[in-house]
Amino acid sequence: MSVQAAWAVLEQVLDPEVPALSLCDLGVVRDLRADGAGLEVVLTPTYSGCPATEVITQSVIDALDRAGLGPTRVTMQRAPAWTTDWISDAGRRKLRDYGIAPPGPVAPAQVTPIRILRRAPPVDCPRCGSAQTEQLAAFGATACKALYRCLDCREPFEHFKPI
Amino acid sequence: MTASIAPNFTPDVQYLLRIADTALILSQRLGEWCGHGPALEEDIALTNTALDLLGQTRGLLTRAGQIEGRGRERVFDEDQLAFLRDERDYRNLTIAELPRGDFAFTVLRNLMLATWLKLHWDRLQASSDAEVAAIAGKAVKEARYHQQHAADWVVRLADGTAESRRRMHAALTELWRYVPEMFATDEVDAAAVASGLGPARSALREAWSAEMAAVCDAAQLAPPPPGPWVSTGTLGVHSEHMGLLLAEMQHLQRSFPGGAW
Repeated sequence: MSVQAAWAVLEQVLDPEVPALSLCDLGVVRDLRADGAGLEVVLTPTYSGCPATEVITQSVIDALDRAGLGPTRVTMQRAPAWTTDWISDAGRRKLRDYGIAPPGPVAPAQVTPIRILRRAPPVDCPRCGSAQTEQLAAFGATACKALYRCLDCREPFEHFKPI
Repeated sequence: MTASIAPNFTPDVQYLLRIADTALILSQRLGEWCGHGPALEEDIALTNTALDLLGQTRGLLTRAGQIEGRGRERVFDEDQLAFLRDERDYRNLTIAELPRGDFAFTVLRNLMLATWLKLHWDRLQASSDAEVAAIAGKAVKEARYHQQHAADWVVRLADGTAESRRRMHAALTELWRYVPEMFATDEVDAAAVASGLGPARSALREAWSAEMAAVCDAAQLAPPPPGPWVSTGTLGVHSEHMGLLLAEMQHLQRSFPGGAW
């Protein structure tokens, strides 16, 4: 029962850097277990150096404490490695509504060679839906995003990189 | 002043420190670009890359500390290992510690090391150490992105103006001297292969050369033939630049032991 209630609480805990998404939408909550000692939440980091990891851990503990479901301990688990494929459909919708183009499917990793003089893969504008967009920068305001602009509505936008 | 720690260098610990320290020291060099990038986007790209490298370092240093501390009273943590070792106890490739140079030098070094690290992470996913394999599973994706970004710039600069090409050429001549160390081999590699911890550097040479050749061909760059000299950072004997880098990197933890934000 408390596990179910805890999942409901975590549905409301937002990612500190992309506050359109809950931690569950993002796919970083890998497991939730209850035992004699309380709740155990298993989280996985998005990027190795993501500076939000500590904040996320603390906000999970705080939210479950506030709901009276603690004590909570958080376990970080690296394997299997997080992928943007784990972002839920609801999460993708919320990203688009927030003005961030959601990630496409991740290409099979081992076979991706370096592409010479490539064009960045096409990304639809989250504002007007146009496919006429171009990449401005491969990196953005956070580790998980790149910067694009729409050639039709002329608005710049962020893209959640598929990884 | 906080006294230095003196880790016990078993082959496994040395093996992990070579990779972790290469990522750490490159991260420190890339961090120096903060506020100095040629354009805001590239300033952000270099510091984002530095952040990924630092995250990878943290995982590997933590693991190296646990392995080093097996059966001992104390276990060195990631901060102690990053900030409290003496120069000779860092085991990074010498190429990582060279001063940051100009933008051409920076992106070419990033390409050379991202490719080297990517090939390591790819193989380390099958490491006999489950924690190292887990770190590698995440890091390989990040390294691939770094490699692609650096490759784009190497081609763009080599195929750009006469000035950008001249600079890329100068960077190639300077950096290529440090390639032999990237694929040298010794008893540390042999032990890692025997225990299944990870690949010997020498086993990655062929794949690295092929991936570098693809970019160099597109950039119409001809790398010089390998010279006889082998740099020695992975043995703990560093260039004259390392001491200055460490003085800056270690200053806060040495002056304010255990200081935190």
